[in-house]
Amino acid sequence: MSAQPPLIDISGLSVGFRGRSGAMLPVLHEVDLAVCRGESVGIVGESGSGKSTLALAAMGYLRHGLARLGGAARFDGQDMFALAPPALARIRGGKLGLIPQNSGQALTPTQRIGTQIAEALRLHCDHDPATHRTRARDLLAQVRLPDPDTILRRYPHELSGGQQQRVAIAMALAGEPEALLLDEPTTGLDVTTQAHILALLRGLARERDMAMVYVSHDLGVIAQVCDRVHVLYAGETVLAGPARSVLTAPSHPYAAALLAAIPRLGARTLPRALDGRPPTPDIPRTGCAFAPRCALATDDCRAAPPPMAETRDGQRARCLYPEKVASPAPSESTAPGAATDGPPLLSTRALSVRYDSPGLLARLRGTPRPPATVEGIDLTLRHGETLGLVGESGSGKSTILRAIAGLLPPASGRIALEDGTDLATSAERRRPETLRRIQMIFQNPDESLNPRQSVGDILAQPLRLYFGLHGQPCHDRAAELLETVRLGAHYLDRLPGQLSGGEKQRVAVARAFAAGPEAVLCDEITSALDVSVQAAVLELLGDLKARHGTGFIFVSHDLTVVRALSDRVAVLYQGRICEAGPTEAVFAPPHHPYTDVLLGAVLAPDPDHAPRLLAEDAVELAPPARGCPFQRRCPVKRGAICETDTPPARQTADGHVIHCHIPLDELHALEGKQAAS
Amino acid sequence: MSGAALSTAGRARGVLRDMMARPSGAIGLTLVTLHLALALASPWIVPYDYKSMDATGTLTGPSAAHWLGTDHLGRDVLTRVMLGGREALVITGIATPVAMIWGGLTGVWLGLRGGWPDEVAMRVVDAFLALPGILPLLVLITVFGTGGEVLLPTLAFFFGIPVIRVARAAAHEVVARDFVSAARARGHRPFDIVRREILPNVTDTLLVEGAMRWSWMLLGFSALSFLGFGVAPPRPDWGLMVSDARVYMSLAPLGVIAPVVALSTLIIGINLTADALAKTLGLDRSRKAVI
Ligand SMILES: Nc1ncnc2c1ncn2[C@@H]1O[C@H](COP(=O)(O)OP(=O)(O)OP(=O)(O)O)[C@@H](O)[C@H]1O
Ligand code: SF4
Ligand code: SF4
Ligand SMILES: [Mg+2]
Repeated sequence: MSAQPPLIDISGLSVGFRGRSGAMLPVLHEVDLAVCRGESVGIVGESGSGKSTLALAAMGYLRHGLARLGGAARFDGQDMFALAPPALARIRGGKLGLIPQNSGQALTPTQRIGTQIAEALRLHCDHDPATHRTRARDLLAQVRLPDPDTILRRYPHELSGGQQQRVAIAMALAGEPEALLLDEPTTGLDVTTQAHILALLRGLARERDMAMVYVSHDLGVIAQVCDRVHVLYAGETVLAGPARSVLTAPSHPYAAALLAAIPRLGARTLPRALDGRPPTPDIPRTGCAFAPRCALATDDCRAAPPPMAETRDGQRARCLYPEKVASPAPSESTAPGAATDGPPLLSTRALSVRYDSPGLLARLRGTPRPPATVEGIDLTLRHGETLGLVGESGSGKSTILRAIAGLLPPASGRIALEDGTDLATSAERRRPETLRRIQMIFQNPDESLNPRQSVGDILAQPLRLYFGLHGQPCHDRAAELLETVRLGAHYLDRLPGQLSGGEKQRVAVARAFAAGPEAVLCDEITSALDVSVQAAVLELLGDLKARHGTGFIFVSHDLTVVRALSDRVAVLYQGRICEAGPTEAVFAPPHHPYTDVLLGAVLAPDPDHAPRLLAEDAVELAPPARGCPFQRRCPVKRGAICETDTPPARQTADGHVIHCHIPLDELHALEGKQAAS
Repeated sequence: MSGAALSTAGRARGVLRDMMARPSGAIGLTLVTLHLALALASPWIVPYDYKSMDATGTLTGPSAAHWLGTDHLGRDVLTRVMLGGREALVITGIATPVAMIWGGLTGVWLGLRGGWPDEVAMRVVDAFLALPGILPLLVLITVFGTGGEVLLPTLAFFFGIPVIRVARAAAHEVVARDFVSAARARGHRPFDIVRREILPNVTDTLLVEGAMRWSWMLLGFSALSFLGFGVAPPRPDWGLMVSDARVYMSLAPLGVIAPVVALSTLIIGINLTADALAKTLGLDRSRKAVI
């Protein structure tokens, strides 16, 4: 650490809000944070631990309803809570930039990128307006966006998520910041995009000697970019120290549990879930806040809050027994069963889906239609099996699930049940019994649960519809279902807004299981959740599968999760299958060139692990008309043949299929070489 | 489930409390409540009979006997102002919910159904909305005659048309959400989807819209009365009173001012209430933390 005074200096900061009872409830409790120029500090913790509150407080900003109870936040020596509004406004967005989560959505949808960047420049630079255009182009080049002139003319919705995030970073750079606050800067982005954005941020920090604060629940992200880490639990720093030592040998049980909850690419096992949930601010603090969930807890822990103390390797932890905390060994939890050869349950043949519908004029003129969004999908789901479907955003994963669920009529192809009967294309025309057998769980429980229905009402829907249950029997069955997802019956009267993210998703799982389905379609069901909660939901699915022999189609962009959970995997690119087969075989070489790119970009919570990246992260909006879907980004493209001919399906010995013009043995030899770091 | 019913009542109480905490809500609700109380109690508390004419004093100014003076037939203005909102309140009080229900249900159904019925219906709605103001109302009334039994359905019909638009837009937003997809994928009937999934999520919008429609309908009703198509004399009505008294404006200005003040305070009250309701519901209570 350098001798210079810290640029961001938060000391003893406590923040709270007035609860219904009228008492002040703490959200942050005497938190310290110091960040020097050129230093990156990560703030991790579960949802609700106060990460965002802390990051915003560094700007002297508190969300409506929150109040500062004590302590100070200084930036460059100035007390941010004492500054006059004009001075604050000059610092915020100027010397101190903020990149919020989903900053893509924070862009104004009706303004061109050029206009928005010019506005940021006007607010925070004294430059001559005439130079704004060149400055804007410079900024876009700095965040490595190709062809800045085109981008400046576009509207936000004409950019991909990763490009929007880059624009947001460019706008934050417009004020020539000395420090950046990043709140979940890459959450929700694809693995490949995420790896690229992180590499970009790391480079920028080094070039400009900036201080960075990363807020994230993803320890993989923290491992990539941070020098030091602060772990927050219930508004308190429970562990702080150098990133390397915290991530390899944490001296607080909470940090160790968080690490154990992360699925690892190397492991074929489900991560170990963290039981329980953090205390809510209204629970008075007597002892260690983590004690109810801590395996090491003793009566001493519950008697008084443990002080922050030096532990090992430069770490400071709030724990009485830091020496007893074991390093997170790859956890052994329920492993998925080996790929079954059960009878097929659900299959699709040559399924293709289109979103466009050509107008009459186009049809008369014979204008060629753009290629289908999803094409030639052959999938077979067997009884009691999990079929993983991996691909980047926009690869058509959700489209396929929606077609199977009857929410989106396919353009051609068949969806058949085990007995070979074809399913009607729309849910409205399927028989209730067929509908009952296939249930879907959606990505975001905030969207998939009606905010106006209580949990009891939500669970009653399928029970009433499929089994005609009413009144007490319906209530009892709903309580039973909650029990299977490890929620108590007292949740029945709650509204979704009164549940945490993980609880909501469990209710959604319970609703799907209320129908007693044979096949469950899961659409990115853990991507909106914390690692700890994700682990619990995954464990739950494994449980239900073992108990009821349910088949799952599990869609995700997270390879580690898919690997941990699936028996078979299919890799999608631009709505076409690149590679499919048993999980072990797909994750072992030879890989399809696209799978290889995906695998290379996976982050691990390990500072020594560097993702392999392609030279640029291009984003495609439509599949090519002919040839291999991956031709535009393929690092080992074979030339013209890839652009004209559909690649052949090559079958390997271990039973998996790769669609590529390169023969398997050559693919094997190419492994890993294609990364042009 | 009983829990849901409980929480609905609890929610209504909470919304009311939040509204009273806002200046607009406190003033608005007070004005509306006063007007309603007056309309209910007026037949028993008015100082005179609204028909009784005092031939000795027509168009007099305020006096101890007639606080707001008398009109051109020597009738007590205060009495007539106190009674003058009753008919309007009863008719619009029934016609507004009717308009909200038919317009709301149609709009929600169109939003869910989409496709050509939606296209066609929205073109028709657009055509109706393009007609100027109360012109279509006047046409219907000239054909069928005046009186409550004509006015009520006519108002309910015409004021329901713009509601279709609002309800459809609100439903569109809800239909796009995954919980509606989930219900479709489970195979619920469209009727159940509307009732259980969509309506609870558009009632807030419809409530605010309803309050606004009510104030416009009151204005429309008074305009009809003013033009002589509403309440038949000698029954007292604010619109009619203004119409009768405006000729004598220079002699007895209170004859015009009093009913106008009465009507405006009611309309302002309703508008303020609608505003507070919108602001309160905007902070969606179902998303608030429990603690
Ligand atoms: N305006 C507010 N009024 C009352 N409580 C609040 C307010 N904002 C946040 N909280 C509470 O403060 C706590 C910390 O919230 P914060 O948003 O900082 O968490 P976080 O760690 O960033 O979570 P996430 O990972 O979900 O973003 C939570 O318990 C939250 O409910
Ligand atoms: S102080 Fe005790 S309860 Fe708290 S983390 Fe340490 S061992 Fe666990
Ligand atoms: S077919 Fe050609 S473009 Fe496609 S993955 Fe193989 S080598 Fe690359
Ligand atoms: Mg946050």
